[in-house]
Amino acid sequence: MGHHEHSLAIFRGRLKFKSIEQKIWGVFTFLSIITIVEVIFGIIKPEALMVPFMSAFEGGFMATMANIFLSPFIFMKPLNLIFIVLTIVKAYYITWDFMHMRDETKALRRMVVWTAIFLICYLILILLVEGDYIFEVYKSNYVKFDF
Amino acid sequence: METTVATTASQGDVWGGGNQPLRASYGKMMMWFFIVSDALTFSGFLAAYGFSRFKFVDAWPIADEVFTHFPFLHGVPAPMFYVAFMTFILIFSSVTMVLAVDAGHKMKQSKVAMYMFLTIIGGAVFVGSQAWEWATFIKGEYGAVETKGGKILQFLDTEGNRVAIGSFAESMHSEATEHEPSNGIWFMSGNDQTSYNFEEVKAGFLANDNLLIRTQYLDENGHPTVLSREASVAKIQKDGKLVVEGANLKRNEYGHPLFADFFFFITGFHGFHVFSGVLINIIIFFNVVIGTYERRKSYEMVEKVGLYWHFVDLVWVFVFTFFYLV
Repeated sequence: MGHHEHSLAIFRGRLKFKSIEQKIWGVFTFLSIITIVEVIFGIIKPEALMVPFMSAFEGGFMATMANIFLSPFIFMKPLNLIFIVLTIVKAYYITWDFMHMRDETKALRRMVVWTAIFLICYLILILLVEGDYIFEVYKSNYVKFDF
Repeated sequence: METTVATTASQGDVWGGGNQPLRASYGKMMMWFFIVSDALTFSGFLAAYGFSRFKFVDAWPIADEVFTHFPFLHGVPAPMFYVAFMTFILIFSSVTMVLAVDAGHKMKQSKVAMYMFLTIIGGAVFVGSQAWEWATFIKGEYGAVETKGGKILQFLDTEGNRVAIGSFAESMHSEATEHEPSNGIWFMSGNDQTSYNFEEVKAGFLANDNLLIRTQYLDENGHPTVLSREASVAKIQKDGKLVVEGANLKRNEYGHPLFADFFFFITGFHGFHVFSGVLINIIIFFNVVIGTYERRKSYEMVEKVGLYWHFVDLVWVFVFTFFYLV
C-alpha cells in the first residue's frame, strides 16, 4: 500500500499542525465546540432566532424569483438555518479529515461528493415541496387527517 | 504525492489493468461507493421524515419535549443532554478509529489494537445508549388520550405543567380483560391493556377542575395549543376514545404516530449500522491482535473499516440535527 502524504492544515491552510495525531485532536476539538454550540442553542432557543430574517416579497415575477433565491432567509427560522449550516460544517470535517478525503485525488473526491450532494438535494427538494403541497391541501380543503 | 503510475514504459498497459488512476486501492474505492449508496438510503429516510413533517407541520411533536430524560436523573427535565452525550461518544470513537488508522500507517501493531479496542467500547456504549433511549420512549411518561380522529390530547395543570394520567384517573371496576389466544383469534395477542381505561381518565378529568387539555396542533408561536377548561371538557366528552401510554408503531402519546414510526425506523437503522460496525471492528481487532496485517505488511483493512465507522458517525450528525434539533 502506498503511503499518501497527509495534508496537515485545516481552515484553508490557516491552521497547520505538526503531526497527524495533533491534527486529529484539533479537528475533534473543533467538532466538539460546534456540537456544544448546537446543544446550547437547542436548549435556550433564543427568541430572536425563532422568526425568519425577512418576510416574503409580493407582486410580480421578480418578487417570486427573489422569494426562491432568498428562501432560506424568508421561509426558515434562522435557528434551523444555523443548525443545518453547522451540520454541514461538521460533515465536511468528518469526511475531509477523519475519512482522509483531503488526501484523495480530486477525481475520487468529486465522484463521491458531487454525486451524493446532487442526488440528495434533488430528493429533498422534491419531497419537501410535495409535503408542503399536501399540507396546503389538508388545510384548505375538507380532507380528513387520514394517512 | 507519489509519482504517477503511468510511465512511458507502462503507457501501453493503461487498459490492461494494474494501474490505479484514482490512487486508491480497489477495496477502498468500493468502500467509498458503498458509502455513497448507503448515504442515499439514509437521505431517503431523512427526506421522507421531512416530507411527513411538512405534511403535518402544524401538528408535529417538538423533540425537546419528547426526549427529556437522562439516566439516573428521574423527573429532572434534561432535554437534549443525553443525545448530546451520545453524539460525543460517537465522535470520540471516530477519533480513536482515525488514530488506529494512523498507527496502522506507521505499522505499530499494539497501538492499532489499543485504539481499535477503544473504538469498539465507544460503539458498544452508543448502542447501549440507544437501547435506553428506545426503552424510555416506548415506556412513555405522562400518557395521553387519543381522539376518534386519531389525534393526541395531553393533560396540563393550570400552571402549564404536564400531568400524568395515573395521577388523576379514577379507579373503576373494569370488565375488560386481556385478549387470550385461546378465546378467539389465535394469532393475535393481548398487551393492548393500559393501566387506566378511557372512562376512568375521563371521570378523573371531569372531577378535577384544574386540568386542561393540550392538543397536538401548534399555535402561531410554535407551541401546542392549550384549550380552556370548557373547551377541554367538551373535547374529551365529544372526541375522546382511548388511552395511549408510551409509543409503538400504531400510536404514541407524544403526538403524530408517524413521529414514532420515523424515530424507530431511522434511529433503528442507524443503530443497526453501529451494531454491524462494532461486529466488523471486533473481527478486525482480532486480526490485528493475531498479527494478520503485520504479516500482510499493510493495515489497509483497518483503513477500510475506519471509513465505514466514520460514515456511521457522519449519519448520526445528520440524524441528530434533523430529528432532535430542527
